[in-house]
Amino acid sequence: MTRLSKEEKKAARLKKKEEKAQVYHKKLIRRRKPNRSIGGDIMLYLFLLFVAFVMAFPIIYAVSNALKPLDELFKFPPRIFAQHPTMDNFSDLFVTMGKSWVTFSRYLFNTVFITFVGTLGHLIIASMGAFVLAKYDFPGGDAFFKLVTVAMMFTGWVTQIPNYLLLNRLGWIDTYWAIIVPAFASPMGLFLMKQFMEGLPTSLIEAAKIDGANEWKVFTGIVMPNVKPAWMTLIIFSVQALWNNKASTYIYSEERKTLVYALQQIQSGGIARTGQGAAVLVVVMIVPIIIFIFSESQILETMASSGLKD
Amino acid sequence: MKDYFNKYIELRRHNIQVAVRKAKSRKMCYLFLAPYAILFTMFFVFPVVASIYYSFTYYNILEPPRFIGLRNYINLILQDDIFLIGVKNTMLIAVITGPLGYILSFLFAWLINELPRWIRSIAVIVFYAPSIAGNCYVIFSVFFRGDAYGYVNALLMNVGIIDTPKLWLIDPNYMLPICMIVILWMSLGTGFLSFVAGLQGVDRAQFEAGYMDGVKNRWQELWYITLPNMKPMLMFGAVMSITQAFGVADVTMALCGYPSTDYAARTIVTHLFDYGFSRFEMGYACAIATILFLMMILCNKAIQSLLRRVGT
Repeated sequence: MTRLSKEEKKAARLKKKEEKAQVYHKKLIRRRKPNRSIGGDIMLYLFLLFVAFVMAFPIIYAVSNALKPLDELFKFPPRIFAQHPTMDNFSDLFVTMGKSWVTFSRYLFNTVFITFVGTLGHLIIASMGAFVLAKYDFPGGDAFFKLVTVAMMFTGWVTQIPNYLLLNRLGWIDTYWAIIVPAFASPMGLFLMKQFMEGLPTSLIEAAKIDGANEWKVFTGIVMPNVKPAWMTLIIFSVQALWNNKASTYIYSEERKTLVYALQQIQSGGIARTGQGAAVLVVVMIVPIIIFIFSESQILETMASSGLKD
Repeated sequence: MKDYFNKYIELRRHNIQVAVRKAKSRKMCYLFLAPYAILFTMFFVFPVVASIYYSFTYYNILEPPRFIGLRNYINLILQDDIFLIGVKNTMLIAVITGPLGYILSFLFAWLINELPRWIRSIAVIVFYAPSIAGNCYVIFSVFFRGDAYGYVNALLMNVGIIDTPKLWLIDPNYMLPICMIVILWMSLGTGFLSFVAGLQGVDRAQFEAGYMDGVKNRWQELWYITLPNMKPMLMFGAVMSITQAFGVADVTMALCGYPSTDYAARTIVTHLFDYGFSRFEMGYACAIATILFLMMILCNKAIQSLLRRVGT
């Protein structure tokens, strides 16, 4: 009796083991596509690793430069990584630049303000437009959208001069609005938002309408909460454009100039400003990168619908 | 014939009536679109039209614009040698970095597609970061510094390829290639993201069907299955990289100076900037802008009709 049960147990254990092996086997096969060679995979990964290093090197170098104390910055032969990393350069930005005519914090505030207001307005205005373009069929809608896609095909430089004349006529030159308001109408945001909203099921909107919601309610209550990934995408593109905006042609009073402009001035300030220049460079580049890191999966979700049909 | 004509007009009138009635019933739509449409017209449509108008005038902001016909264009093409340098440089940069950046974007998006999820997301950050890193490209002026302290010079001298430091950013022979390297470094931008996302969306069943039908290696799979599925993203990516390739100015201005030695790094956009905001010859600058605009639109249309044939 006991013997039999022992054997049974053994058999059960064996069976389990076999099953496990089978599952493992299955997984292995499913993960690797059958028509791939292992050698090719390894070569590709090595190649990718090398390219990734090349791509990342300038950024890593910029960061480590900002962490170097001043004597290390001028060391010869130069070293890539800081040996005694400090935050001195960053505090210098606020301390020494704090005594200058326009303080560093002012430049920072200008850029933050422009970026924040511009992005918020762009998000609201472009989403409203994208919503009706994606979900309603009305005369002129398609033609307008085509026009927007054409607008993505040329650089902002083409419109720079008439824009200047127009903003001048409006009396907005040398105010924040000269940068903020044109940013509201960036075609990229509307395009991505519209493409993403087309993926929303129309039945959702119809159901809300039957329940008695008007268009505004549908927009704020149903559509916007459902397209959060697209928000992040709009935000990253808008922030990236505004944060890096030099605005040298639209703004000439020193106290309204942006961070990128300050960066250029600090860099042209010569050897004495080397450390601070490196620090500003990091401040300028780190913000868009951090936003991207935190919103990557949402952005990729949006970009899946970014295709230009027909 | 007359009958046919009348019928056509009647049909047209009917269509318009239907459209108007539809528009009336959809007033909400126009209200929603209005804020964007007004701003878009103000800052994108109107400027293009105005730019074309001003390109036929002499306008220096102080005096009212004076109509001078095609003189701006004639001067640009026949007399302005520097503009021709700019066109040549822009075309060189566009022809080399445009397609190369586009292919690289797709290639890397495709290669990292099969990596495990978390490695893939790190790879996307690493590849995409240069294009959103703002002014980070100025760091290249440290690498390519003209004295023996510059990394590239030091490296090449240690290896023994050159014996005296090269003035990378001042010598007209090296300026453009270096700018191209920097532009390529930054070229994995929006199009790249679109490709990464698009590749994730390709239907797996199609690959399995492909194995059955005898797709032997990854390259065949790419051509017969992946690329045809990616067509909309390929179009979008093309638009992005053309726009970027023709609009090069910031990089050359930051690295090679403005104006650069012998105008060797001048592009159409730098020329536009020069005439528009340094010399205030707005009419002339608008002519440059119009030429740039036409070049970009034509190039986009040509590339799009080419891409429609991919994988068919």
